[in-house]
Amino acid sequence: MHPVSELIKNLADQHGRERRNLLPILQGVVEQEKYLSEFSMIEIARELDLPAAEVYGTATFYSFLEYKKMGKYIIRVCKTITCSMKGKNQIMLAIEDMLKISAGETTPDGNFSLLQTNCLGFCHKAPAMLINNEIYTELTPEKVREILSSYLEKKGGLYDN
Amino acid sequence: MTTNYQLRRVDFIFKNENDWEEVLSKSISRTPQELINELISSELKGRGGAGFPTGLKWKLSSEAVDDIKYVICNADEGEPGTFKDREILSRVPFKVLTAMAVCGHVIGAKEGYIYLRGEYFFLQPELKKAISEFEYFCKEINLDFKIRIFMGSGAYICGEETALFESMEGKRGEPRNKPPYPSSYGYMGKPTVINNVETLAHTFTIFKYGAKRFYDLGVQYSRGSKLFSVSGDTPKPGIYELELGMSLADFVDEFGDGDTKAVQVGGASGFLVPRKRFGETAIGFQGKLTGISLPTGGSMMLFNSSRSMFNVLDNYLEFFREESCGQCTPCRVGCQQLLKGIKAVKRGEKNAHYLDKLLRLTETMQLTAKCGLGQSVANSFSSIVENFREEMIY
Repeated sequence: MHPVSELIKNLADQHGRERRNLLPILQGVVEQEKYLSEFSMIEIARELDLPAAEVYGTATFYSFLEYKKMGKYIIRVCKTITCSMKGKNQIMLAIEDMLKISAGETTPDGNFSLLQTNCLGFCHKAPAMLINNEIYTELTPEKVREILSSYLEKKGGLYDN
Repeated sequence: MTTNYQLRRVDFIFKNENDWEEVLSKSISRTPQELINELISSELKGRGGAGFPTGLKWKLSSEAVDDIKYVICNADEGEPGTFKDREILSRVPFKVLTAMAVCGHVIGAKEGYIYLRGEYFFLQPELKKAISEFEYFCKEINLDFKIRIFMGSGAYICGEETALFESMEGKRGEPRNKPPYPSSYGYMGKPTVINNVETLAHTFTIFKYGAKRFYDLGVQYSRGSKLFSVSGDTPKPGIYELELGMSLADFVDEFGDGDTKAVQVGGASGFLVPRKRFGETAIGFQGKLTGISLPTGGSMMLFNSSRSMFNVLDNYLEFFREESCGQCTPCRVGCQQLLKGIKAVKRGEKNAHYLDKLLRLTETMQLTAKCGLGQSVANSFSSIVENFREEMIY
């Protein structure tokens, strides 16, 4: 069995196969795979006995359910008003400069994707960003470089596969 | 004009919750009718921003006839500038869980859900621990009530209650037509009470100390205290519990940086108040006797004179354009056109009168959009364009 099919089957066993279990299953696949491939969506549709278009329609509605291939670490920088006022652009520049990618892109080694997102709810500690589910606040370009360095060390270098 | 009302700090929400077991046991020994009356006499109104009377909400659901009912805690805190609900769930989770169980007792529900926004995924482990400790105690006192967490996935619109139900049912988060209201037709078509995190935390205070302690705070039509999420150009950003009814001038005295040009009350879907109106603006729910009174989910964003109001509006409209669910035309197309429109005026491609056409468009959206998102774009748009028209043009 394809590993994704197996993951989907396990998630359906765990959450149930009703329509109301769709979101937890989609989230479970994204947690593992970082995104929902067409294959995953068709498999989920089969497992829950739903039209694939319904799964696609639901999945693409939610901004955290990516449907394009994403890096291992998804960086989401808050771009809403307070973060924007408190230096979001400098944070973006620091990340772009360090990873050599622009917003919406993924590093060639597939480790990092850079996205902007709407209000993360840390306006009092702006600017803020998420890396996967970890929150980082009161960012400065220096702080961002330190944080990214720690992730790069985890990976043993920028171009390490 | 200034009011003689002083800003008053309150400490209820974050006060210790060590006695939650006692509050829970005591509350469920009272009749649903007693508890509803307690809430109604406290005059607590919903703290998510809409301000629906909480006691009435619980009463309507308790009167609905059905074997299955639900209690939902709305923790899809997505309004720009608000971050209080996360703080409540991480610092005093047992207050919220207790309130949910008491609500279950009142309306006859055995299941509760916390709809937690995807951005707050990191709250899950601690919250799950609290829930299992809570459910253990429920079992001990023979209270049949289960609480689960349902994760959102990054959609502002899911904070709208019927969109939230759709999302929990595994669908796109598109708001439903109302009526029917959640009290008779909510999650899975069953009678449902859905309350904001902070509203539930206040009911804990009311059940613990009685309605009077709460009612004595605040002013007519706006009773009690409220958490305010303060951000922007302020030397002390953070979360503060204050009595309702305060004047915005007093608020700015306390939280401003001495150069406050405007305050956005109620987030991107709220109103921008310029400096000249601070004195005549009160924070609370609209009543017949009060002057200008602005309701808020607690988002207070301060802007000083270094900020361009065009950039602020541009940022809001970008937000709304992305977060509009796209279901109804006035909101989907309206948000896009407003954003295009202000940019065209700024670039000089359209003359200044075009702003009036855009204002009429927001009026149309207010009248015809299906839910609060599309209807409330007019609030920030008109309050910014009317007060800072020259900044939109030059």
